[in-house]
Amino acid sequence: MSKFDPGLRDEIIAAIPNLRAFAISLSGSVDRADDLVQETLLRAFGNISSFRPGTNLPAWLFTILRNLFRSEYRKRRREVPDSDGAFAATLTTNPDQNTHLDFEDFRMALDKLPPDQREALVLVGASGFSYEEAADICQCAVGTIKSRVNRARRRLGELLAIEDIGDFGPDKTTRAVVVAGERV
Amino acid sequence: MSLGGSMSGKEKMNQEQSGGASASAESLTGEHMSEASGSTLGSDIQAKIGQHLRAMYDDVVRQGVPDRFLDLLAKLDQPKVGDGPDGEGGRS
Repeated sequence: MSKFDPGLRDEIIAAIPNLRAFAISLSGSVDRADDLVQETLLRAFGNISSFRPGTNLPAWLFTILRNLFRSEYRKRRREVPDSDGAFAATLTTNPDQNTHLDFEDFRMALDKLPPDQREALVLVGASGFSYEEAADICQCAVGTIKSRVNRARRRLGELLAIEDIGDFGPDKTTRAVVVAGERV
Repeated sequence: MSLGGSMSGKEKMNQEQSGGASASAESLTGEHMSEASGSTLGSDIQAKIGQHLRAMYDDVVRQGVPDRFLDLLAKLDQPKVGDGPDGEGGRS
């Protein structure tokens, strides 16, 4: 006899990969992200009766995860920013070295964003939530989300435009090899 | 260039849900379009930002559900009382 509606359980399982990706973008660490997801699942099942069937389950789970992260963040701050970058650590398959370098540039730029902006950008630009859903998850106004996303894009654009100028130099290949060597 | 281009994961999630969510998916696409075209930023760079963001994110999503979570859910789903070897019998 199952304690939970199997349909709901399957939906929760289906949301886990997205929850992990979001948690990694928040916490900057795969291990902490997985702990956050675990805590989120425990909370979700503990409070399953407060979920209204037919409403947006992924958004509900993202909200729980974000709140957990926020309260934990307030307690511990982000003591050790993962210098390797959590996203980079998950990039296991990138045969094309230049693509990998591109990712590195991007990841470093993303790390420079204020957490509020990064979070809004990830929710809207990668998780696929609407501005309204993102506003619900972040418990702020839709206009606030829009402005955070816009500022995030603008800032990333500036940072990546600078990177691009560097890439146009004659030594791009040499530079790539050197940088790649340093990273090994 | 449209950010709505490859939202496979979430769109699937939306579709698995009933009614309400698909309306928000539509508004999502619409907003992204106006967002992109109304932007004063270099559209190349903005497209690149969108691609990289999703590529990073999807790289994690593609890893699927780690076993620790499936184990956890299985444990949560077990009845606490009468948890005997034949307690599983009625499971479909």
